[in-house]
Amino acid sequence: MELTGAEIFVRCLQDEGVETIFGYPGGAVLHIYDALYKQNEIAHVLVRHEQGAVHAAEGYAKSTNRTGVALVTSGPGATNAVTGIADAYMDSVPLVVFTGQVPTALIGNDAFQEVDTVGITRPCVKHNFLVKDVKDLAMTIKKAFYIASTGRPGPVVVDIPKDVTADKAEYFYPDTVELRSYRPTRSGHLRQIRRAVDLLLGARKPVMYTGGGVVLGNGASALYELTKRLNFPITNTLMGLGGFPATDPQFLGMLGMHGTYEANMAMHYADLVIAIGARFDDRVTGNIEKFCPDAKIIHVDVDPASISKNVKVDVPIVGMVEPVLQSLLTELEERDEQPDAEALKEWWARIEDWRAHDCLHYEHNDEVIKPQFVVETLYQVTAGDAYITSDVGQHQMFAAQFYKFDKPLRWINSGGLGTMGFGLPSAMGVQFAHPQDTVACITGEGSIQMNIQELATCRQYGLPIKVVNLNNRFLGMVRQWQEFFYSGRYAMSYMDSLPDFVKLAEAYGHVGMRIEKPGDVEPALREAFAMKDRLVFMDFLTDQQENVYPMIPAGAGQNEMILV
Amino acid sequence: MRHIISILMENEAGALSRVAGLFSARGYNIESLSVAPTDDPSLSRMTLVTRGSQEIVEQITKQLNKLIDVVKLLDLTEHKHIERGMVLVKVQADNSNRDHIKHMSDIFRAQIIDVTRTAYTIELTGTGQKLDAFLDALSPVPIIEVVRSGSMGIASGEVSLKI
Repeated sequence: MELTGAEIFVRCLQDEGVETIFGYPGGAVLHIYDALYKQNEIAHVLVRHEQGAVHAAEGYAKSTNRTGVALVTSGPGATNAVTGIADAYMDSVPLVVFTGQVPTALIGNDAFQEVDTVGITRPCVKHNFLVKDVKDLAMTIKKAFYIASTGRPGPVVVDIPKDVTADKAEYFYPDTVELRSYRPTRSGHLRQIRRAVDLLLGARKPVMYTGGGVVLGNGASALYELTKRLNFPITNTLMGLGGFPATDPQFLGMLGMHGTYEANMAMHYADLVIAIGARFDDRVTGNIEKFCPDAKIIHVDVDPASISKNVKVDVPIVGMVEPVLQSLLTELEERDEQPDAEALKEWWARIEDWRAHDCLHYEHNDEVIKPQFVVETLYQVTAGDAYITSDVGQHQMFAAQFYKFDKPLRWINSGGLGTMGFGLPSAMGVQFAHPQDTVACITGEGSIQMNIQELATCRQYGLPIKVVNLNNRFLGMVRQWQEFFYSGRYAMSYMDSLPDFVKLAEAYGHVGMRIEKPGDVEPALREAFAMKDRLVFMDFLTDQQENVYPMIPAGAGQNEMILV
Repeated sequence: MRHIISILMENEAGALSRVAGLFSARGYNIESLSVAPTDDPSLSRMTLVTRGSQEIVEQITKQLNKLIDVVKLLDLTEHKHIERGMVLVKVQADNSNRDHIKHMSDIFRAQIIDVTRTAYTIELTGTGQKLDAFLDALSPVPIIEVVRSGSMGIASGEVSLKI
């Protein structure tokens, strides 16, 4: 039987096993919305802005490793989605974003709500498609899900003109798809695995440096096994947090610009760096000329283009993190040798000296709330078991430093693109994926206002997200840089005319709280988290002058951190 | 160093702009580009000439391979290869210089393919250097216009780029 394009679209998503999509209707996607209306298998979540739809889909994907799906209309619907698409591209989030397009006959005519979506999104997608014929629709959707979720994951945009959703074709959805031009590597090359194991066994001052690829590649348990087997110190990137238990004594904390002293010093003085699913981002390496001067580098990554892009590596291993880690473990087992225990003991002693600096220490204050204290208390109140999303800025760094993630997929933030406004909508996606779990969004008064409208979505669907607003009345990270590098000229970093967040939350039908004293932090958090079925917006008035320490200033090496 | 890279890609709308976009987005330079469908109409073959250090060119080939539409590529510079470009040049021809034009065309094995009372159009294929040399050798004949193709390349002998 022939189906319309809109019906085919819905059937494809059903056959793909999609349960939830995030979207916003408009002229070009009316046929699709009509087809969605007539079925019950796929839940559609109505956001309040298309950027929110994509971030929500990202939150869904980042907390499940399943492909997130968003649906928006043509023109402004598509352009509003671009920030989310670029965000997903930078953080390798598996996403399929469907955009409506004007009818094929009008493409190129500057029609109402027309933009060249494929052209605009080309630099920030893994791949994109314009479907010109309804006969190609199902196969294109299959390819989109396949490309988005395999290899190094990423967003795929499928642009569908309105007439294609009305035209009819026979429905056929293939179980699998093969592309001659796209065959991601799975297992690592055995010779490279052996060379890597030679280096592992010969290392005297090793450090494991692991990133988001471990989380995305379901590699956490294999990584744990390998790290324990070798007794090596390990550090995570911002995106890699949760890939190794943060409460484990082998964990040195996050590395990079606002990473710990011990993690950065260990990297700098290491003789072997084992990079797994990490991409030597500039926020990690600091000055590339001064990066890991004495280390041999093993780099495991599913994306060959990530290898030797910023830093020349000695042993490249292209492959999925999990199978490669398994191969390393197998090879180690066969060798049945150990790294030099005496050398490792000395190395650990040096690391403990660095650790003794207690670089994350801050002075508690009885009068003013320290932002670090809020995150620490949040960690205690939620027993370290919440899903935490964050926005971008100082609060994001405090969250990364002070919430100890023991499990993967629990820390959802915008790392690569650094998108303010990510936190709240991504928390919605997380809550939809994990309706029974605790979800908190750590944000600031700057970031939260970039997608504050999503409080209405939260109300509509009864999402009991806990918003932790670290409100210092400043764009904190901008202010910090202005203090350090612009002689305290706080150009535009002061947030004037802030709304009354308590009233704002109440206006959206939620519970609002303002917390002004350190002594009220814990009781407020306990009260908020006891409200299992309500969104609670906690507005913490925090220290205006607090900075994120330690810090590698621009141009410095990892051993040149500013401590407090 | 100059590299000449051959790329087999899906013959689909937008494939060329993916390559061009990649180069501008990542700040690589394109010296020349030539592209057309192959004997298999589902495939296009592109010859791309670029310049960069070994590291940059390695990154370029990796980033090209990462494009979903790219099926296969070969850095011809790593193999013995043949490179050809084409030039069409229109010159002002009068009694004083017709012999010179004909003479130079014969030396370079170029062909005069269009003749009017005042102009000759000449076609020549060869390496970039040969085309440059020919244009130089035409002097002092006034050149009206020059049309040059991008380079095309093919590996010599057994090495080939095919699926």
